[in-house]
Amino acid sequence: MSADIAAPRSQRLDPKYVRARKSRGSFEMIAWLFMRLSGVALIVLIFGHLFANLMLGEGISGIDFGFVAGKWADPVWMFWDLAMLWLAMLHGTNGVRTIINDYAEKPATRVWLKGILYVATIVIVVLGTLVIFTFDPCIPGSTLSVCQ
Amino acid sequence: MSKASSGTLYRGHEGMWSWVGHRVTGVVIFLFLLVHVLDTSLVRVSPGAYDAVMSTYKNPLMALGETALVAAIVFHAFNGLRLILVDFWKSGTKYHRQMLWGVLALWVITMVAFSIRHLSIAFGGH
Repeated sequence: MSADIAAPRSQRLDPKYVRARKSRGSFEMIAWLFMRLSGVALIVLIFGHLFANLMLGEGISGIDFGFVAGKWADPVWMFWDLAMLWLAMLHGTNGVRTIINDYAEKPATRVWLKGILYVATIVIVVLGTLVIFTFDPCIPGSTLSVCQ
Repeated sequence: MSKASSGTLYRGHEGMWSWVGHRVTGVVIFLFLLVHVLDTSLVRVSPGAYDAVMSTYKNPLMALGETALVAAIVFHAFNGLRLILVDFWKSGTKYHRQMLWGVLALWVITMVAFSIRHLSIAFGGH
């Protein structure tokens, strides 16, 4: 009496509808996982950054060249800021990539927008990394211990 | 909005609005991040160039902008933790609404504390 109806998605689909075959699947899974792992790390890094710079001491009033020099004379803050730069830029770039994929429908538009995004990301990450590693905290008259 | 488009499980409810909030705050934070790396890079140009740009941040109008930026960051952070719980906690999808109210409560508490400190410095005439 009962008809034998094959379960859907049992390899009887036309291959063009089988999404799992594309190797892109694992990239998107890694990107999804990266957003969650980097997100947790960024909460610690950015909340620490905001607390140290805006809540402690004189807050925003105390931020000038001497404040930055004092922080980057300490390798802990250098690597804190380096990790924050890389993780935040990759997290943000992947988020904007997702938004472009959602809203830009023409292939040419998608390629252009993502191209601009990736160029901006590379420029900002390289610039920020160079600034952190080539920064010299010592200016004439500095009282920092590393400058004595 | 037409009547036909309302009344679904997702559309127009907590799930949709938290998603919209996460997207909008994410884009705002990313755009600020690009500018923030550029302004900080001025320390490599000269102390005077950096101090000149920093002095433009130190006024009441910018303090309100900074508070809005921190509000975006804190919402994105707490809602991000909620998204992780929705994905990885087995009861996450069941309690996602309650967790959104928790996110908003923590967001209000954090922003009240931040605003008192930051705005009193910015408006206090240091």
